[in-house]
Amino acid sequence: MSEAAFRTEELTKTYGSGATAVHALRGTTLSLPRGEMTVLLGHSGSGKSTLLNILGGLDKASSGKAFFRDLELTAMSETRLTRYRREHVGFVFQFYNLVPSLTARENVALVTEIAGNPMKAEEALDRVGLGPRMDHFPAQLSGGEQQRVAIARAIAKRPNVLLCDEPTGALDSKTGVTVLEALTDINDEFGTTTVVITHNAEIQRIAHRVLFMADGKIVDEKSNEQRLKPSEVSW
Amino acid sequence: MKMLDRKLLRDYRRLWAQAAAIGLVAAAGVMTLLLGVGTYRALSETRAAYYERYGFADLFAGATRVPNGVFDRIEAIPGVARADARIQQTAVLEIEGMTEPAAGQILTIPDEGESALNRLFLQKGRLPDPTHAGEVVVSEAFALAHEFEPGDTLSTVMGGVKRTLTITGLVLSPEFIYSVGPGDILPDDKRFGVVWMRYSDAAAAFNLTGAFNAVSIKLGRNANQAAVVDAIDDILEPYGGQGAYGRDEQISHAFLESELTGLEAMSYVLPPIFLGVAAFLVNMTLSRLIALEREQIGLLKALGYRSATIAWHYVKFCLLIAVGGTLLGWAFGAWAARGLAVVYAEFFKFPFLLFQDRPDVFAISGAAAIVSAVVGSLHAVRQTVALSPAVAMAPPAPAVYKRFFLDRLGLTRHVPQGLTMALRSLSRRPVRGALTVFGIALSGGLLVGGQFSGDSMEFMIDATYFRADRQQASLVFAKPVTPTGLESVRRLPGVMTVEPYRTVPVKLKNGRKQKRAAITGKLANADLSRVIDLDLDPVGLPESGLVLSELMAKLLDVGRGDRVEIELLDGSDKTIFLPVSAIVQQYMGVGAYMEIGALNQALGEGPLANGAYLRFDTQKTDELYSAVKALPVIAGITLQRESLRLFRETIGENLGISRAVYVLLSVVIVFGVVYNSMRIQLSERARELASLRVLGFTKAEVSVILLSELILLTLIAIPVGWLLGYGMAAAVSEGLTSELFRIPLYVSPATYAEAALVVMAATAVSAFVVQRRVSGLDMIAVLKTRE
Repeated sequence: MSEAAFRTEELTKTYGSGATAVHALRGTTLSLPRGEMTVLLGHSGSGKSTLLNILGGLDKASSGKAFFRDLELTAMSETRLTRYRREHVGFVFQFYNLVPSLTARENVALVTEIAGNPMKAEEALDRVGLGPRMDHFPAQLSGGEQQRVAIARAIAKRPNVLLCDEPTGALDSKTGVTVLEALTDINDEFGTTTVVITHNAEIQRIAHRVLFMADGKIVDEKSNEQRLKPSEVSW
Repeated sequence: MKMLDRKLLRDYRRLWAQAAAIGLVAAAGVMTLLLGVGTYRALSETRAAYYERYGFADLFAGATRVPNGVFDRIEAIPGVARADARIQQTAVLEIEGMTEPAAGQILTIPDEGESALNRLFLQKGRLPDPTHAGEVVVSEAFALAHEFEPGDTLSTVMGGVKRTLTITGLVLSPEFIYSVGPGDILPDDKRFGVVWMRYSDAAAAFNLTGAFNAVSIKLGRNANQAAVVDAIDDILEPYGGQGAYGRDEQISHAFLESELTGLEAMSYVLPPIFLGVAAFLVNMTLSRLIALEREQIGLLKALGYRSATIAWHYVKFCLLIAVGGTLLGWAFGAWAARGLAVVYAEFFKFPFLLFQDRPDVFAISGAAAIVSAVVGSLHAVRQTVALSPAVAMAPPAPAVYKRFFLDRLGLTRHVPQGLTMALRSLSRRPVRGALTVFGIALSGGLLVGGQFSGDSMEFMIDATYFRADRQQASLVFAKPVTPTGLESVRRLPGVMTVEPYRTVPVKLKNGRKQKRAAITGKLANADLSRVIDLDLDPVGLPESGLVLSELMAKLLDVGRGDRVEIELLDGSDKTIFLPVSAIVQQYMGVGAYMEIGALNQALGEGPLANGAYLRFDTQKTDELYSAVKALPVIAGITLQRESLRLFRETIGENLGISRAVYVLLSVVIVFGVVYNSMRIQLSERARELASLRVLGFTKAEVSVILLSELILLTLIAIPVGWLLGYGMAAAVSEGLTSELFRIPLYVSPATYAEAALVVMAATAVSAFVVQRRVSGLDMIAVLKTRE
């Protein structure tokens, strides 16, 4: 897989201006191959989430360029970014972000309704092992279960990329492992390019590639010759 | 069903109480629109149809005696489409089984067929047979009050001769939709009746054979009413013409018109109030909902939902509320409008009622509710569009509170903590606070504005019947009497005080401004029928000079000391000039007064009176009544006190109903505003309040903190509501004032107090409903979850 799923050139992002300006990204350049699972490591404030948001079309860069395949994300209008997210991107967030008034199945259906070639909501939930609990509301599910619903929701549309922001951040080690398993399964089975943000250094060992971020820049990069299974890591 | 729609329905179910509170306010808007427009249309269309089918005249004129030959000249006036001549007289009616005399208005219909104008609607029986003298038809209301049937009789004195009249039918007339006696303002069906008889019969009795003394005119299209009035006045002047007047001075029409104006105003004023409040509530509730669902909105955007789709999702939520309110408003509005139209149709005497449920009114009211909800949602919905998904999913920045003036002055130490929190919260969201005040104030204003009609009615009754016209009865003489004639009145059984009066029809002029009226001559220091000044204190009539009511002075544009030209319309063709010596208060009609001696002198006549005011011993009422009925010189009698009592009974009922309706509507507003703002505050401050509970505050202490802001806003809202109400009252008073009567701008302290009490009580109850939720605050859950 030589072709890159994501490419960025000197990407910067500044919040605010003047004395109060916060430079979240200070010229980030990277290239993420298709089908790989990449872990993005760094302390808080290092720019991980900003980078992920820009790659996911949730936020706009201040300067520089970002590409998804041949699409220049940094040149897209709000409407086109919306379509990009709808067609290509699956998101998983730290706090699950489920709609509390919809059941697990309905939360997934929220996506399958607007996607081009989705799998069934039930199938997506089966994949993350939640088939039996799909008619429960978020409040009736544990944290790990809720995060797996979020993953089911993200994969149900068969996205090209899966962007996960601290997917295990709110979970204990054991529950976190089940969530990571769900992610690696998807990556293995569908070849979905997956980017996982974490500040948990252990998790890097399940990825193909690891990027280290600090002060809004990529400061180091390495490939794992030997990936571990999620069940082999703990924290 | 789409997942977003499913979310919508669940949100709606979850927020049903808030949605219902807003829906109720919107429903009140829809209902008042249907009620106002529905009833207005029913009444005005019924009136128009009635006028059209029964030939209600455009102009009316009275005279002393006009030879029949003159009629052709009136008919020939350009602009006159049709004319009708007749005889009109007042009379005292004597009814078997009723001791007090009734006032009667006698009118004639042609010997053959029906009148050209003001035709009768025969409800029962038949019209009088011209070959049978003494046959009459009577107004239905009068007949019903006495349970008259065709064949029954009543007697009266006509032209000095006592006659027994046989009723052949009961009728309604477009001239008496609102049926009051001449010179009276309060309807009294028992003591006032209209009697129609054939022309020849009446002409013989009143010595008017070959003549008439009243004419009605139907104008042609594009006729110039003023020109026709002038022409009629010119023609009738030699025959004691009292001046022609239009429908605006015809009592029945004028009363009905003012009622219709009031209804129309209601449909302009009330619905916007309710729909405006509903829009505000939608805005407030939706803003909070969107704030709470900020992350969900961000998520939906992240998932690829378009901003427009998300915005539409929230607009739909508001539409659900609006549709609910509309359906409820339609149901109640249609029912209430029909009910009100029936009440009106009974109060006003219509032969039929045109009432249709108009699809357009339903559509307009529904559209208005929906538009108000959408407008209310716009501000909040715009926020969803503006939210960037990355920002939306991050927790919102903590609310920024500023030090406000009390802080800066260092006074907050002296203010309870709850109040400080309330003041800071208000200074952070001043617009929301102001709108909440305005919403609650509207409710108070509505109460004041709604009760105002009752207050002003009482005020007017007090001024008219207890300060000015304090007589128990007024007599009208068949012809002017001398002091000797007056003696016979004084000797009537039980009579304690007699005050003669003299009226003469005149035309008052000041340059180009002129007004037809009657000058009433009264005793200089009358005790019964007095004139009162602008402060409602009695004023003595000066030995010379003219006293004008405020409105008359305004119409003529004259003040004290100005000279007025007075053209006498008594047939004498005289013109005199008199200075205005005082301006007085008068709520009914426009008046001009003089000292009776001065008036007689100005007329060049001796001490004559054409009527008298009486005070009598109520122990001898029956004897007095019998004597009055037997005295031929008395052509009419008005028993003011009796009419007032009866009027209070009927109007009291109506005022009670309308008061209840206004209270209900006000409570709906207060509940809508208070319940929603409390729920929102509770939701916004749940963490803060739960934290206080964790820190050891009692439920009561937490409730006080929650309620402080609301109590403060309510206390501000009450005086604002009074002001708004006074404004509404002023608008009503201004809008309904006509030459016929003026609505005094008077709001009683009791009304202000009641408005304040209702608002406070409704606030307290609404707050209590929400306050119970403080007990349900889950301290642990609230603190564990992320805001």
